[in-house]
Amino acid sequence: MSKVRKDYEQSKWHRFSQWLNGEMPVEYKSSPEWHLTDEELSKKYEEDMERAKTAQRKEARLYAKYRSWPEEKGVHIYERVYRILAVLICLAVIGSLLITVSYLPEFGNSDNPVNNEVSKRYIEQGIQETGAVNIVTGMILDYRAFDTFGESHVLFIAVSCVFIILRLGIGKEKNIEDEKAKEAENDRLLEPKNDKILQKAAFFLVPIIFIFGIYVILFGHLSPGGGFSGGAIIGAGLILYLDAYGFQKTERFFTLKTFRVVSLAGLLTYAAAKSYSFFTGANHIKSIIPLGIPGHILSSGLILVLNICVGAVVSCTMYAFYVLFRKGDF
Amino acid sequence: MEFIRNLPFIGIFLCMSTGVINSVLDGKWAKKVSFTVITANLFMSILVLYYVWQTKQSYIYVMGHHPAPWGNEIRFGILEGAFATFFCLIMLLSVLGGVKRLEEDISEKRSNLYYVLVNLLMAAILALTYTNDLFTAYVFVEIMTIGACGIIVIRGEGRSLLASVKYMIMSLLGSGLILIGLTLIYDLTGHLLMSNIQEAAQQLVKSGQYQVPFTSAIALISVGLAMKSALFPFHSWLPDAYTYATSASSAILSSLVSKAYIFLLIKIYYRVIGLSIIFQNKILNILFLFGIAGMIFGSLSAIRQDDLKKMIAYSSVAQIGYIYMGIGLGTTAGMLAAVFHIMSHAASKSMMFLSASGLSQVSGRSCNYRKLIGAAHRNRIAGFAFLVGAFSMVGIPMTAGYISKVYFAQAAIQAPYQFKMIITVITLGISTILNAVYFIRALIVIYQPLKGQKQGADGRRDFRMAVALWALVVTNLFLGMHSDAVVDLLRAGLRMFC
Repeated sequence: MSKVRKDYEQSKWHRFSQWLNGEMPVEYKSSPEWHLTDEELSKKYEEDMERAKTAQRKEARLYAKYRSWPEEKGVHIYERVYRILAVLICLAVIGSLLITVSYLPEFGNSDNPVNNEVSKRYIEQGIQETGAVNIVTGMILDYRAFDTFGESHVLFIAVSCVFIILRLGIGKEKNIEDEKAKEAENDRLLEPKNDKILQKAAFFLVPIIFIFGIYVILFGHLSPGGGFSGGAIIGAGLILYLDAYGFQKTERFFTLKTFRVVSLAGLLTYAAAKSYSFFTGANHIKSIIPLGIPGHILSSGLILVLNICVGAVVSCTMYAFYVLFRKGDF
Repeated sequence: MEFIRNLPFIGIFLCMSTGVINSVLDGKWAKKVSFTVITANLFMSILVLYYVWQTKQSYIYVMGHHPAPWGNEIRFGILEGAFATFFCLIMLLSVLGGVKRLEEDISEKRSNLYYVLVNLLMAAILALTYTNDLFTAYVFVEIMTIGACGIIVIRGEGRSLLASVKYMIMSLLGSGLILIGLTLIYDLTGHLLMSNIQEAAQQLVKSGQYQVPFTSAIALISVGLAMKSALFPFHSWLPDAYTYATSASSAILSSLVSKAYIFLLIKIYYRVIGLSIIFQNKILNILFLFGIAGMIFGSLSAIRQDDLKKMIAYSSVAQIGYIYMGIGLGTTAGMLAAVFHIMSHAASKSMMFLSASGLSQVSGRSCNYRKLIGAAHRNRIAGFAFLVGAFSMVGIPMTAGYISKVYFAQAAIQAPYQFKMIITVITLGISTILNAVYFIRALIVIYQPLKGQKQGADGRRDFRMAVALWALVVTNLFLGMHSDAVVDLLRAGLRMFC
């Protein structure tokens, strides 16, 4: 109905329907005046044109001024205010955290709330209950094993995300072969190749690093160390070996398949072992796994197995991170 | 002990191990495994809910041979059972509805990784729902942070990469604040187990010791979780993340990930700090103000959008504001309304994201309003689901959103401070009008009659999305029409929550 009106385009309804449909509103300068005669109209038209020209010039000047303002000055002012505010807010947070720290219980005081029955039992009965001489390992792999289980899956989900972002050949790239060749080229140019000093050093160091890592994992329940730290050491050894000898040598024993098998086996063994002990523990069934004599290498029940699993997962994850960041593929 | 009490633990472990197994399967098998596991979890959660509803008490499940302050434990009562069931249901329907779009957005070789992330997210959500230990909660918060970034970035476009980087920065900042808060609480109480912390906290308040660090710990945890769930001033990551992710991811992010963080916050208030302490705390007033501001500014930004998905994303900011306003009222009635709104918003928002993707699929893959004209005639199911969702957001009777608005208004009237009551009631009114403005605009656009073109259903029908949308419509209408039963359940759950 409303379209019968001549000035329909100016009506509120028209603007409303434009807003509804997501169209930009069009501004109309003057309304058609249909009650005037032709002469008056032409005279008016000329006047209008004159006015329009001056107005356009004026507008253009103003427009240029305002158009350039945000790019020239506005951005600077915004950035400055933003930076000042950021610094002020950071200072406020730092200040309030420092004030908080000054009210905390004194460090190392024996009356602190932290020294309660929880840590007492860990220290006094940890060896009998878990069989691990290293109390920390006993704590993370036996008392609070659920947290550590989650923590190893944090690593796993992180490596999955790195796979999503960095791995070549699984995205939407058109020419995967070109991409891979380009990455390999980059790798040859930028990374050390046949560096004699590095190779000789790695020749002596890598076996020692591997053995030390394995020692740290296997003796995790007896001395400082455990799956996470030992796995990190082995991963560092693998990376050093890769740097010295290049991909051709490492691919003989470490490919994508190795990574998948090792991490899958590690995490599933971990899950199976821990679900057994959680299930028996919660249902008050006696666990059939013997704790052994504390101090022996084959002792402390499942902790040794779990340490090996965690170590395998961590070392593979470290190596996978390095390879994916360097070449985008195994 | 009855076997049924093992089900929460079995559910979490099943999700995590199948997530790991999915990484070696190919896309099709991973999808099957994922759907099976989530469905199994849904049934297990229903059994758990039925069990705790029958026995009317909550149970503690010790994880391992060592009892609670030394070992880990999980605890489940009515509220946990209800939310686990609900989260599993929404997860299942979100992935089911978005699976066709997913296959188009994500290359074949990568799609198994999506189901790895989905399974681990499901495990994290379940663990956050059931856990009774602050540090376990933090570990699964970490899994959820990384997983949520992964399901945005997996689309592999420039804009989704940028959105995910934005999200990651804000989310990690939130994680950092939560961690500082946890360390402070551990330092002051010497416990990580929720119920033990509450005892120690009550003694601290009685003796008046360490009030400053305790308050700042509460503030840090609240702000950290508020950042992760996109409360108003920290919402800058939200629109991009929800818009440029694939539709299943948007649904999961908006209705599960951010809601699980809010659930954790409510759990911390109830079980770690204690209601009597938190209701006296000034932190709630700040959350209240942020929530009120979010309700207004989120809606105002939504009105300005020309993109349907972005509009829905900004409307999420407003709805998160509602939830925090309910928490900020500082009464049990407010908490109840907030908890109900978590459910009703999750049910409507996942439906809206799925139906937006359904509408854009028949409009040239664009969510722009100009392209969407008459889209509801081309895809009737998506149009109807969008209609129900929009009605629910505005608060038309018979939908879930109406009930939560009624409960918010009731809670506001019972609030102890008159000031809060007046502000809440006025803002509820303004926000409802603003919601109506942008949702009715969208409805008019998608239901505009087409001239010349053939009206009718599109040839390429997405059966799985239709099933998911119908199920979500039914869930929403169930929440709206049988709200008494649900609210009774939640009230009983909250009573045994502390």
